[in-house]
Amino acid sequence: MTVKTPSRLEKILDSGQLAVTSECGPPRGSDPEAITKKAEMIRDYVDAINITDNQTSVTRLCSLASCIHLKLMGIEPTLQMVVRDRNRIALQSDILGAASFDIHNILCLSGDHQQFGDCSQGQNVFDIDSMQLIQTVRWMRDEGKFLGGDDIHRPPKMFVGAAANPFADPFEIRVPRLAKKVAAGVEFIQTQCIYNLNKFELWMEQARDRGLHEKVYILAGVTPFKSAGMAKYMKNRVPGMDVPDEVVKRMAGVPKEDQPQEGINICVETIERLKECEGVSGFHIMAIEWEEKVPEIVERSGLYPRPSELAIDD
Amino acid sequence: MIVASKKPIEEIIEMVKDFQKILIAGCNECVTVCEAGGKKEVGILASALRMYFMNQGKKMDIDEVTLERQCDHEYLEELRNTVDQYDAVLSLACGVGVQFMAEKYFQTPVYPGVNTCFMGVTEERGVWTERCQGCGECILGRTAGICPISRCAKRLLNGPCGGSTKGKCEINKDLDCAWQLIIDRLKELDRLDEYEQIIPIKDWSTERAGGPRSVIREDVRQ
Repeated sequence: MTVKTPSRLEKILDSGQLAVTSECGPPRGSDPEAITKKAEMIRDYVDAINITDNQTSVTRLCSLASCIHLKLMGIEPTLQMVVRDRNRIALQSDILGAASFDIHNILCLSGDHQQFGDCSQGQNVFDIDSMQLIQTVRWMRDEGKFLGGDDIHRPPKMFVGAAANPFADPFEIRVPRLAKKVAAGVEFIQTQCIYNLNKFELWMEQARDRGLHEKVYILAGVTPFKSAGMAKYMKNRVPGMDVPDEVVKRMAGVPKEDQPQEGINICVETIERLKECEGVSGFHIMAIEWEEKVPEIVERSGLYPRPSELAIDD
Repeated sequence: MIVASKKPIEEIIEMVKDFQKILIAGCNECVTVCEAGGKKEVGILASALRMYFMNQGKKMDIDEVTLERQCDHEYLEELRNTVDQYDAVLSLACGVGVQFMAEKYFQTPVYPGVNTCFMGVTEERGVWTERCQGCGECILGRTAGICPISRCAKRLLNGPCGGSTKGKCEINKDLDCAWQLIIDRLKELDRLDEYEQIIPIKDWSTERAGGPRSVIREDVRQ
């Protein structure tokens, strides 16, 4: 794989070092500090920060504006973009808007169905799907053209990512689906939160059998549990999530006041184990409304300090 | 067929309460099959309304008719000589029939007595489910005969999304994941390798997005 964009994340992955990304959810209001404070907490511990796009279909400050706030702080953002709310005109337009601020990473997603959010009576768009959004960004970047065929003046230079959920059903098409995203042009993958390590390792093994780990950088997704209640909730209520019973038991087996620390321990152990998994190119730490714990997780996992600009330019 | 469901009687009463004489017009096609607007439902609704208005002490004449179809001139014309006797028509046809009635009898108020829902099938008596959204460019040949546009909540052409769990959709555990069905059938047909072909961005101009549609066949036109 050769570097195709100015993305720092891409350079770090290309250098063979394990990358670390995290994410911040924008606020339900217009105070930029809600973003900048979270970002400030973790900026030295990660290579790029994803900004979620109206996650769980709850209306929030937009991903693009939040990414611009990060960019103005000198932090590398990853623009998450769902196809639920925008048609191809709006998607291309927002991609150009992001490119005008030199936002160099994008994560192409379907988006949760609107029924989970605060506007369950709203329309959804789904003009294109996440697979086709990957194709769209690659087309705009590599061919320098709009979907309509016209030339783009100063095309976007974006490192193109997507999500993969090794735990959704049916399992047998999980690797073919990854292959399909690779064929569509995806360059990095951030996975769903991993708690079932055996199943993840099986998925990676099947991905390696097809050589996919050499065609796409896979960042393993982790989310620390804050409590046994959260573990149970994720197990039972979140679609596409696989939390084994023993993990829930482990969380429930320690006193309530020690559960947050146990959650961090599990997260660090997960990273330590997956560092050894061939094809894992880095970690995506999703500490949901618990960003202050990201530094501890990164340090304890031996992923600190992050590479400096000089180190990756070598 | 076009599947409809009955409107709540309170809503119907609100629509017709200021008239003295109304005609309830059923349709002998789809809405008869889905038991929302056929002759039987016309009779039941007429009786219920008569009883309601009688209890209210209000004079209301209600006549009943069920046409063969309300989406064809030929059958709608059967009302030509009688429609003027009524203050309003309550049509139990689908939205197509209601509108064609309104177009034809321009001076008669026409009200809908059912909610038109979708194009679908009778899975079993009392259970009707959606199969087609009339996108105008059928892709069933690429999706093992199962339509992701009408059956996937996100109409994903390259699904499934990460919310597919145990064969069910993330929005409702009683709803089949369309892409699970597609994959199961591809497997059955020994064509699972086709799953990896990316379905290209769709031209939605043949769908609702392209504006009101028409099909014109010069070869059969008179």
